[in-house]
Amino acid sequence: MSLYVLCFILFAIGIYCLLVKKNLVKKVVGLGIAEYAINLFFILLGYRPGAEAPILDPNRVITDFVDPLPQALILTSIVIGLGVTALMVAIVVRLYEKYKTFDIDEIRRLRG
Amino acid sequence: MLPIFVIIPLGCAFLMPIAGKLRQGFCQVLANICGLSLLFFSLNSIHWLKSGLKIYYLGGWQPPFGICMVLDGLTVLMLLVVNIIGSMSLLYSVDYIRKFTSPAFYYTLFCLLLAGLNGMVISGDLFNLFVFLEITSIASYSLVAFGTEAEELEAAFKYLVLGSVASSLILLAIGMLLGHVSTLNMADISRSLSNSAAPDLVFYCLALFIAGFALKSGLVPFHAWLADAHPAAPAPMSAMLSGVVIKTMGVYALCRVIFNIIGFNSAVSSVLTWLGIISMAIGVLLAIGQWDFKRLLAYHSISQIGYVVFGIGLGTPLGIAGGLFHLFNHSLFKSLLFLNSGSVEFSTATRRLDKLGGLSSQMPVTSATSLVASLSIAGIPPLCGFWSKLLIIIAAFQANNFIGGWVCIAVAMVTLASFLKVQKYAFNRKAKEVSSNIKEVPFFMLLAMVVLAILCIAIGLWFWPFMELVITPAANVLLEGTNYAKSILGV
Repeated sequence: MSLYVLCFILFAIGIYCLLVKKNLVKKVVGLGIAEYAINLFFILLGYRPGAEAPILDPNRVITDFVDPLPQALILTSIVIGLGVTALMVAIVVRLYEKYKTFDIDEIRRLRG
Repeated sequence: MLPIFVIIPLGCAFLMPIAGKLRQGFCQVLANICGLSLLFFSLNSIHWLKSGLKIYYLGGWQPPFGICMVLDGLTVLMLLVVNIIGSMSLLYSVDYIRKFTSPAFYYTLFCLLLAGLNGMVISGDLFNLFVFLEITSIASYSLVAFGTEAEELEAAFKYLVLGSVASSLILLAIGMLLGHVSTLNMADISRSLSNSAAPDLVFYCLALFIAGFALKSGLVPFHAWLADAHPAAPAPMSAMLSGVVIKTMGVYALCRVIFNIIGFNSAVSSVLTWLGIISMAIGVLLAIGQWDFKRLLAYHSISQIGYVVFGIGLGTPLGIAGGLFHLFNHSLFKSLLFLNSGSVEFSTATRRLDKLGGLSSQMPVTSATSLVASLSIAGIPPLCGFWSKLLIIIAAFQANNFIGGWVCIAVAMVTLASFLKVQKYAFNRKAKEVSSNIKEVPFFMLLAMVVLAILCIAIGLWFWPFMELVITPAANVLLEGTNYAKSILGV
């Protein structure tokens, strides 16, 4: 249980960093932390202490194995996260070229 | 036949950069073939549905194990929304996109967006829905930034940050449901939840889902990004964002999760109706002071999405039908208005209403179609917006939600005032400095606008046959609630 709580704290740290920090690069890092917290949460869902990987082996029958479904999902989720992070970094670089700053408070041309 | 809605746009997105390398013209042709064939298949899907629910098993695996694609009434409605607006926006892009430098990438992203939207609508698996939602999101973030000017990048960054917060909340909710029921098929989740109830967990998941999808659809406490992101995109993309993306990613997914998976109750109903009422009122109040044409339209999107969520949140048959009908109508007239604003910007190079004027003589077709769209959104009979607003208002009074009913009426009045302002300043008053070189926009842009305007009028005149054909089956899917599981799993 405490693992799950730690995982949620990590998620909250990531979201806090994404929404509150002023520096664009720190926001990117915050998004990364939030994503990895969710990935960790999924892996914990399938984890069982002392269990093995569910591999089909003709020589022996594995009875105690971890749930492979969340792991398969997380592979997809990691790839999506990579895409979003790459796009975000690209936008941050272009923003720096236009505004010459990473400070979100100075990037405010859209008002109203 | 169902995977075709994902295969066509995804294949076109793959071929697009190659076509662009060969000749620029190929992209235009390929993208429009993609759009029109999707439109054809989605019109056909009304006919497919007549013989009952259609399910496609991916790889032949049966539901609890494999991913399935489902075609039911709600899916047909959303496919129509996505593909009518998608094909018209692609048609409009033929002439509009000439002012950008790399049309091949624009069309690639646009086709990816269509693939994501169609996939979300047709998927019967919760994680698969999330994957398509992320495809849609990434395509729309990058299309908002497509102009790569300072304002566009800023809007795209804001949209990306809030959009990824929403995605992570949704993924967290999916994970928690998965931990409890150990399955991802929507129908199977619904069945497992009814067998082993876990009210605390469901309550928590519901909160995460509502927050995530409300952020994606720009309902009022979560609306900060919308008014920046929608005006920043190229005009056909703004039409897609306001007309389709916020509805598919927000309202459709929310309805599917709340009604068919978790189950509707009075607490959810009050949350949705209050979100709707607040969005309606605040959206229109923010809109009325705007002088930027597209920004004004973006604020009206918030307000009109409020109508949709309010109608669906009432939970009565009439309310749900009205909400879904308004969803369809709003996609028609709001896309048309965004295309109009794109034409105005294309010809005059400005979107400031106070600098425009006298366009009705120089751009007669744009002016006439925008009049149709303005009257539709303001709810003037017999145009389509009138009937759906009327249904929502009647449903509100029937459900004894008097506050909501009166707010609906008041917001309709303010919307009318706001669009009279648009008509007066942009099209009808005398221009201060008359510039004679303003011309009507090229043929394909006109064609897309005229088709949408004709649809607005036609659906207004024949609204009852249309309700019977498309809206009622869609409303029935939501009304049958968690019985959805039985019809899919066949138990």
